[in-house]
Amino acid sequence: MSADTHHKTTKGLSGEVLEHTGVKVDKCYQCGKCTAGCPMASEMDLAPSYLLRMLQTGDAKLEEQVLRSFTIWVCLTCEMCYSRCPMSIDIPKMMDFLREKSMKEKKASKKAKEIIAFHKSFLSSIEKTGRLYELGLTLEYKARTMSIMQDVGVAPAMLSRGKLHILPELIKGRSAVSSIFDKTINKNKK
Amino acid sequence: MSRIGVFVCHCGENISATVNCQKVAETASGYEGVVHSVDYKYMCSDPGQTLIKQAIKDKNLTGVVVAACSPRMHEPTFRKACNEGGLNPFMCEMANLREHCSWVHDKGDLTTEKAIDVVRTQVEKVKRNQPLTDIKVPVTKTALVIGGGIAGIQTSLDIANCGHKVILIEKDPSIGGHMSQLSETFPTLDCSQCILTPRMVEVAQHPNITLYTYAELESLDGFIGNFTAKIRKKAKSIDEKLCTGCGLCTTKCPTKKIPSEFNEGLGFRPAVYVPFPQAVPNIPVIDRINCTYYIKGKCKVCEKVCPTKAIVFDQEDEIIEVAVGAIVVATGFGIKQPDFFPEYGYGKYPDVITGMQFERLASASGPTFGEIKRPSDGQVPKKIVFIACAGSRDEAKGIPYCSKICCMYTAKHAMLYQHKVHGGESTVFYMDIRAAGKNYEEFVRRAIEEDTVKYVRGRVSRVYEKNGKLIVKGVDTLLGAMPVEIEADMVVLATAGVANPGAEELAQKLHISYDGYKFFAESHPKLKPIETNTGGIMVAGACQSIRDIPESVSMASGAAVKVACLFSQNELTREPLIAVVNRCAAPLYSTCVGCFLCQSACPYQAIEREEIKDRSGKLIKSIAKVNPGLCQGCGTCVAFCRSRSIDIQGYTHDQVYNEVMALLNEY
Repeated sequence: MSADTHHKTTKGLSGEVLEHTGVKVDKCYQCGKCTAGCPMASEMDLAPSYLLRMLQTGDAKLEEQVLRSFTIWVCLTCEMCYSRCPMSIDIPKMMDFLREKSMKEKKASKKAKEIIAFHKSFLSSIEKTGRLYELGLTLEYKARTMSIMQDVGVAPAMLSRGKLHILPELIKGRSAVSSIFDKTINKNKK
Repeated sequence: MSRIGVFVCHCGENISATVNCQKVAETASGYEGVVHSVDYKYMCSDPGQTLIKQAIKDKNLTGVVVAACSPRMHEPTFRKACNEGGLNPFMCEMANLREHCSWVHDKGDLTTEKAIDVVRTQVEKVKRNQPLTDIKVPVTKTALVIGGGIAGIQTSLDIANCGHKVILIEKDPSIGGHMSQLSETFPTLDCSQCILTPRMVEVAQHPNITLYTYAELESLDGFIGNFTAKIRKKAKSIDEKLCTGCGLCTTKCPTKKIPSEFNEGLGFRPAVYVPFPQAVPNIPVIDRINCTYYIKGKCKVCEKVCPTKAIVFDQEDEIIEVAVGAIVVATGFGIKQPDFFPEYGYGKYPDVITGMQFERLASASGPTFGEIKRPSDGQVPKKIVFIACAGSRDEAKGIPYCSKICCMYTAKHAMLYQHKVHGGESTVFYMDIRAAGKNYEEFVRRAIEEDTVKYVRGRVSRVYEKNGKLIVKGVDTLLGAMPVEIEADMVVLATAGVANPGAEELAQKLHISYDGYKFFAESHPKLKPIETNTGGIMVAGACQSIRDIPESVSMASGAAVKVACLFSQNELTREPLIAVVNRCAAPLYSTCVGCFLCQSACPYQAIEREEIKDRSGKLIKSIAKVNPGLCQGCGTCVAFCRSRSIDIQGYTHDQVYNEVMALLNEY
């Protein structure tokens, strides 16, 4: 009996998921309860349980398909799957990691272009003003998706009701916020 | 002068792969008192044992140390060999070189050094061993069976038919257990009550069986062959000798709306009741929590109508003390109440029911007389959904195990539904079908192929109500995890089987162990599945792990054989490793000063008072005395004794002290 037999290293994408998030895809026994409860399942190209199964195989082709899937971008991180999973698999946490990796390797699904544009616009608004600046977010998102004229019709009404402000409201501790960005997102960029 | 023989075993390669056995034997031969020291490949083999026997004769050995495996494994083997060689068996000791050394360390000089140390302790110990003789104790040939379900019934009948007396206690007013609640049984679909009730009657009429219903174990003392059990007979408020079971009281009782336990809350019973018509014994009990007389002090309708004056309102619980030689625990299982499953809406929607409730609906003796009607409005459900694994295999909810029986009873439920509701649609959500049993897989296939039950592989995430329908949100994992939504009229949850709520308390009373789920632990998972770690106490049926009827019955018969085996002997032989109080010559008589601290410390009530008197009868001294029949050799009294007057035979102060000194290399 050798002690080595008790240590198994998981290779491939599931190994990376385990290393970075602590989520063990091997715990999944494919009951499908995550998919059954997922409010976005009908929008996904791969159901959550199906995606977990693909990761379990360790097959490079299937792993590539996971990183290029639309599913990881559609996930709302509502955690319904996690709260009902009989094996307590933190799927949202895993999805977060897969999104990051997909971005880094420039494999993000073309269908997810708008979703990613929204994420980016949201973050840049936070980085600059320290809080959500609706008008800036809207303009940037429209610019990124080349749809400037879309929704212009509702702007006057929203402005008159005070739902939109022309100028951003800045917070006091903006330097603290930007140092968060420096230590996380911008660090990865460099 | 000691003449010790040391025998070092290689255990094939189990020991010799990491320990230099030859060196161990050589080193041991140099110890004072060791006159013979050898190593051999398999000491437990016939030639190995002959080696020991021969050496005892040739070298006139007074003690033997076998350096091999754990004494749990082969101590009886080697003690027997020594006995055959002409040496008292208790002059043989084992040094555990396998479990304590070779299996847990890597190969190397240090491992061999440890092996040498272990052998040395045993050499020093065996030098101080005394010849001992086994203790004989008588056997009380009466068995106590706890639990009157199918397992308890079967084991009681088997033991009684062997000619031994049985005392069967059941906590409910009737025997029968869960099996009496079932409609039909898989895989033959024969009626559960039809096959069970004749056995129940047989129990009640058997001359060798004494049945106490509405009774629980209060406490247990003693040991294998000689237990004393105290049984609490809860007050039924009925004189059992006078009651004829006419049932007039139950029909006249004005409190009628108490949810019936037997019908799983789907029907009602009065405050004075018999759980079900075929109950054994057919004697009602008064439920004091719900009875108007006990609540308000007025009513007594039952007393007025009883033709034999059998109602006794001031009856008290009775404690009965019985002497028994063996005990079979057959307390069965509990059903996880599915209220911890908020996503399935049990308790919120009346038409979400448990599997056991479905049994009552499908049973001819049930609240609907066997018609499948939904509890909310009494309509026949056109569409029904069965959810398997409701609680089982759910680590997050604390039940990671498979409840084993649900796959089969769910197939049975779906089948019964299809047989009773023509044109009805049934869907089963499952994760895996576990139908390992004789004719089990065929039964499930029949449900799918002949009775058109739709099986969907996937777990249900949520059940909610919309426009009077129950919406079941599931998934079909065989269609690439496609979400499925079914509008159902009724949902049945195959709820997890769990240990009985009182299992932990009972295990503590019996001094038997239990696992993390509170199921009683067997002595060995493969080779001793019926015995517990406490001698003379057996387990049968679902109290050990979830079991179906055929398994419970076989296990119960197995337990009966174990009991009959025990009762086939007139006396039992016990190892003499018990405590003794030293005695010496007058005028001291013993170093015991009679403080009796040991008496309060002893968990087995084994310490008595001995009075030493002179010839005229004048008391000279009171000292402690150990009852060898009761002492279990735990050693608690030894630790308590202030004057070091008690020793455990085979593990005396002197022996253990010298073992430790040997380890410290003080020789």
